[in-house]
Amino acid sequence: MHDIVASASNLIHLDVMNVTYLFIVGFVGGLVSGFIGSGGAFVLTPAMMSLGVPGLVAVASNMCHKFPKALVGSIKRAKYGQVDVKMGIIFGISAEAGVLYGAHIQESIKKAFGDAGSNLYVSAAFVVILAVVGGFVLRDALRTHKRGTSDEPETLTKISKWVQSVNIPGTMVYFKSLNARISVLFTIPLGIATGMLAATIAVGGFIGVPSMIYVLGAPSLMASATELVVAFVMGLGGSFKYAMSGLVDIRLTLIILGGSLFGIQLGAMGTTYVKPFMIKLVMGVIMVIVLFSRGLMIPVYLSKLGLIATLSDVTVKVLKNTSFGIMAAALFIGAFIILKAIWQGRREEKVLHATEALETTR
Amino acid sequence: MASSQGSKKKPYGKVILFGIVVGALYTLLMTNQNVVNDYFTRGGAYAFLPIAAAFVLSFFHGNFTGNFWTLLGVEASKKKKEVR
Repeated sequence: MHDIVASASNLIHLDVMNVTYLFIVGFVGGLVSGFIGSGGAFVLTPAMMSLGVPGLVAVASNMCHKFPKALVGSIKRAKYGQVDVKMGIIFGISAEAGVLYGAHIQESIKKAFGDAGSNLYVSAAFVVILAVVGGFVLRDALRTHKRGTSDEPETLTKISKWVQSVNIPGTMVYFKSLNARISVLFTIPLGIATGMLAATIAVGGFIGVPSMIYVLGAPSLMASATELVVAFVMGLGGSFKYAMSGLVDIRLTLIILGGSLFGIQLGAMGTTYVKPFMIKLVMGVIMVIVLFSRGLMIPVYLSKLGLIATLSDVTVKVLKNTSFGIMAAALFIGAFIILKAIWQGRREEKVLHATEALETTR
Repeated sequence: MASSQGSKKKPYGKVILFGIVVGALYTLLMTNQNVVNDYFTRGGAYAFLPIAAAFVLSFFHGNFTGNFWTLLGVEASKKKKEVR
């Protein structure tokens, strides 16, 4: 640990190019997080590592920028009436427990199988979860769009109807986002799963948001906004843990935060212009693209573990770079869809205002 | 959008004020990188330093960025949105 601490205080050189690069990636990450509640930060850790920042310092500095970003985003979205604070806090505390358990699993795998084994576990978790959950979310968004029901209120799934019908005395809590009382015995395991995913792939929201929508029955807008509260609670605890070991490079944290606070404000405002299925669409698209990014890395780790033939250095380099490129593309495509949706929404509203003004003057 | 808020006062004062504070904080950070990182990476009780710094910057920069977009005429939709 001492070496890592030493490497955190042993500053990487930051020139104008590095700062601009981190600022822009931070902005795009913030934009996506403000809109879907999570998922904007995962590209930042590899982005920092590509500048020569040690892995753990990159993870710690990234996490320390997430909680203040989530705080600003959740305050903004609370102004639009989209946040369920009670749900966010209960979910967040359970997620914190999930993070600790997830980190423990990671450590055990690393001890038993080394770095390649740990990386293989992370990539496999990415691929399986993103394929199942991301595929489901994207399919649902596309179906809504095809059916032309995107203007209608979101309907409850069978499972969320059942969850809302179960009464377990002593555990029932009213949640504003659901407009119903449900047992916390349902929210706690989902929170733990969110935390475990956050500890494994750094984006708990890929479980948190879909589970609030499909399992508990929250509207997409409220689920994505409430996830920001979860991210704040979870991020604050995680940041403290890393900061206690002296792993946070505050310069990196504050530079990314500089960009991401511009983005998160814009992403949060964006949610007021779009139909709810857009949240699912952006989340589903990002998840499915990232799935391919991580899938490409699996042969690299399998080869390191000796489970398949050894790959040449050139092949490993090509796979690594392509994987990072696809990951960055996922984020930029998500950001593009959000900006386009905001642009369209604003234009429609302008036309509406102009028509109303014209009718008033007649 | 911007035209619909023609009568609304733009937050020039807030943008300038928060902008100056944010600029000063970043200047302080970048001109004292060695000292800052020395203290902020000591671990233990010093863990409060990066956490506090993140909170402080998020307050000033959060206000700055929010007002910055308002100044540019980028604001939330005026339509009352039914969340469910």
